[in-house]
Formats: sequence, structure tokens, C-alpha cells
Amino acid sequence: MSESIRVGMSEIVVAKAPKVLVTLGLGSCVAVCIYDFFLKVGGMAHIMLPDSSLSSDNAVTNRGKFADTAIPDLVEALQREGALKERMVVKIAGGAQMFSFNGPNNQIQIGVRNVAAVEKILAEMGLKITNRSVGGNVGRSVFMDLETGGVKIRMLNSPEIIL
Amino acid sequence: MIENLTPLQLDAIREVGNIGAGHAATVLSQLLNKKVSMSVPQVNILPLADACDFVGGPEQPMVGVYLRIFGGAPSKMLYLFPEEKALFVAGLLINNPEKCRNLLGEMEISALKEIGNILTGAYVYAFSNFTGINMLPSVPALAFDMVGAILNTVLVDLGEMGDYALTIETKLTACDESVDGHFFLVPDPGSLATILAALGVKEGCLNRSGSECPKL
Repeated sequence: MSESIRVGMSEIVVAKAPKVLVTLGLGSCVAVCIYDFFLKVGGMAHIMLPDSSLSSDNAVTNRGKFADTAIPDLVEALQREGALKERMVVKIAGGAQMFSFNGPNNQIQIGVRNVAAVEKILAEMGLKITNRSVGGNVGRSVFMDLETGGVKIRMLNSPEIIL
Repeated sequence: MIENLTPLQLDAIREVGNIGAGHAATVLSQLLNKKVSMSVPQVNILPLADACDFVGGPEQPMVGVYLRIFGGAPSKMLYLFPEEKALFVAGLLINNPEKCRNLLGEMEISALKEIGNILTGAYVYAFSNFTGINMLPSVPALAFDMVGAILNTVLVDLGEMGDYALTIETKLTACDESVDGHFFLVPDPGSLATILAALGVKEGCLNRSGSECPKL
């Protein structure tokens, strides 16, 4: 198995084949995986929250937390490695709602909002999501193989899927 | 502000955690009619990137019972039990261990939620008596999944205010068998200041007369 790199909450990591980018136990966060198949360069952002503008100023020191800052940063970092937007393949995973309270008064559905924000920002940047595994109430582990660009999703009670 | 807490402030936080957890452990003991002991609470301050690393790895399956706390210092309360220990605890509560076999059964879920409810009630009551802050717990919600995913969801909105998570963690043991229960109190961003002010340590190492404490 090739060397894997952990991507923790709020981190953005860009690497080249044959590395594997890994994030374990993804709940309401969203992992955005972007891959340039020609250069075998890829990156993953582990996004926690939809929008940086709702937060206090000093929290935006870490741009990897928010969908609206992390995705442009990820794309830029990939472009610095020579990746071209036209070749980028985008896959997203996560955004689950782990806890459901009884009744209609659900907690602010952060997972759903994260996914919506990620989709909106990717669309604004002209990037198309090719595959996704989002929503539901299951935790996911995400393994992005930079050799193939395949993104493997592991869940607790269901078979693995490859996006 | 979380990363700059003084030792005095950390001690004060640990002490309220201790009082809350002590009450919760007493209540659990009465409820189960068994001996229950607890660890000295640990105040964890972790960068968000590492906050979901849990003993045994973030993919370990665990049961999480989650409650919101409303009022003067909005917070979150999370109970974590490893799979088999959760069944053990649920079995103790309904006094029929044979019946608790399926973690996702209605009976087991209900029993575990109720434990969360009762423990939180005791914890919050003690906490709010001690600090004078009004606190009110929500109904419990339950998830059985990877522990990383559970923690991740609970800690996520801390990112709105900073890059660190503060958790007050206590471990529980019941009837001489370790139940490996962990419970976490996670103050919302902003609540920490309220709690510190109520404890009289808002300004860090200042004593009541307002002068600085002697350096040790």
C-alpha cells in the first residue's frame, strides 16, 4: 500500500501519485477531492462549514475550514502544481446528518448546508462534480488514490464504494 | 482565546467539570443500583485538525448520545460508549441484560438515550447551581457510527470562532467492569467566556482584589 497522508478537519492537502489522501470518520464535514488525471496530481479539502462570512474575523485565519475559501485555495494550489481546470475531476463525500432529533425542529442541518455550499461554489468556478456520496446519516472514511484518481468510501454498515 | 487559557482558568474549568460529573456518576449509580466511579475530568484543548483522533482510531464504532444545552452558556454534551459496552449499560438499566442484544433495537436506543438524559440532567443541574448560569438540556439524539464522524459533527461549529476545540472529558466505570464511557461537555464558542466569568476567573490569574497572583 502506498504512503497515505491524513487530511484532518480544516486541512487542505495537495500531493502526487502514488500517495493516497485519507480522511477518517467524516460526519457533517465534506471532503472535496479534485484530481488532474494527466499529471496524477490531486488534492483534498476537509471542509467544516459552509460560509466564512458568518464567522468572526479572527476565525478566518484558517481558510481551509470554509467552503467558500477552501475550494478556491485548493484549486489554486493544484494549479500551482500545473493542473489545468479543464482536466480537473471533482468528487465530493460527506455532509451527513449524524444525529436526528425527533420532531420537525431539527438541529441546523450543517451537513446539508455544507453540501449545498460546496456545490454552489464549484458551479461558480465552472467545475463539475462527477461523482458524489453525500448526505444520509452515516459516517464515511475517504481514501483518494492519486495513482488512479479513484475515491474509495468506507462506511460502517455498508459495502465500500468507489467513486 | 481557548489556546491562551491560564493554568488557573483550566483548573477552574476542570473543577466545575468535576462537580458536574460527580453528580452524574452518583445519579447513574442510584439508577443502576451499582457502584459507579469516574476519573478526574480532563480538559482537552486540541487543534481542530486533530480533535477527532480518538483512542482506538477515528473509525472505531461507538454509540454517541448527544444533547444540546440551552440557556446562559449554550453547550453540547456528548456521551460515547464502545459498541459492546453500550449494550452492557443498556442491559443494566432495564435490568435484563439478556434482552439487550441489538444495538439498533428500539429498546436499547431508548435506554441509552434515557441514560444520556438523566446523566445530563444531573451534570447540568450541578453545573448551573455552582456557576449560577441557567442551563437547560434538549432531548437526546443517538448515533451509532464511527467515532470520528460523531465527534466531527459535534465539534464542527466551533470552527466559526477559532481553530481549537475545548472539551471537558470524564471517564466512567460501573460495577467493577469498565464501561469505558466517555462524556464530553463542549462549550459553544462564546460560552467559555460566560463560564469563566461566573467562576470569577475571567481575567486569568487575577485574584479577587484585582492584583496579579504571585508568580510561582
